[in-house]
Amino acid sequence: MYLGTLVLNTMTSTDADHSIATPEDLRTVEALRAGDERVFRDLVERYHASLIRVALMYVRTRAVAEEVVQDTWIGVLRSLPRFEGRSSLRTWIFRILANQARTRARREARSVPFSSLAGLDDDSPAVGADRFLAADHPAFPGHWATPPRSWAALPEDELLAGETRERVLAAIDTLPAAQRTVISLRDVEGWSSDEVCDLLEISEGNQRVLLHRARSKVRQALEEYLDGRAA
Amino acid sequence: MSESPEMLSCREVVELVTAYLEGALTEAEEVRFEEHLAMCDGCAAYLDQMRRTIAIAGRLDPEAVDIESCDRLVHAFRGWRDGGPEGP
Repeated sequence: MYLGTLVLNTMTSTDADHSIATPEDLRTVEALRAGDERVFRDLVERYHASLIRVALMYVRTRAVAEEVVQDTWIGVLRSLPRFEGRSSLRTWIFRILANQARTRARREARSVPFSSLAGLDDDSPAVGADRFLAADHPAFPGHWATPPRSWAALPEDELLAGETRERVLAAIDTLPAAQRTVISLRDVEGWSSDEVCDLLEISEGNQRVLLHRARSKVRQALEEYLDGRAA
Repeated sequence: MSESPEMLSCREVVELVTAYLEGALTEAEEVRFEEHLAMCDGCAAYLDQMRRTIAIAGRLDPEAVDIESCDRLVHAFRGWRDGGPEGP
């Protein structure tokens, strides 16, 4: 079942290598096996919200997603004796989640099986057509009519201000589930594209389309907010 | 900006930005993309905005776990650890 995974994981990534457990992962697992409650609590705090986000790709409601994630943590504890470090702890936990969520989705009569690709059929352009000159423009077809403003002059602390980050978070929250999951894992959590494809069982091309739609919409929301402030 | 049919339009460029950042363009496509960028301030600003958007996303704080969920899980953890009837 995970043959494809092994092949994917041998590819190099600019991020940390998640194909095998890090020494820190092994220490964490050791501490959990020894019953260290604080280590468990830290792990929950670190991954719980992301796990819920991924679960929401497969099940419809937040309540069911919460249940799936609760079951995932129980599954993690049960499987802990069998953790062999052949993947990172993170990858291992999210695989347990994905399996739980898929099983639950199949069981839920009202769930759409493999809804993870919903959001791929979204063919909205990255930037609205009204921002460009017409395709039959005599000199500059398809070129900017209203080009984006450069953000180079914006002070760094304005771009990283709490309110700007809230806008980005709000924009991510309104995306279709699959787009939201991909941008969260890639850009918020810093996963590599291989890891995301592997976890969600989607092709690299599909992952890129979802990421593209998601990033384009978040950029647009940010532009609206920053231009609105400048106006 | 040239009228040459080989020149990418800005409208095409914005749809290639993610593939470009992912290193998923062919070498020929990448050359055309970068040629356009070198001549077009609008698209250069667009790419820069996209990079900053990604950077801001990378600075979002992890969402807090509600205390009730966390406590329930820690309770399950204790059950598991102590091997009692409440264990998973």
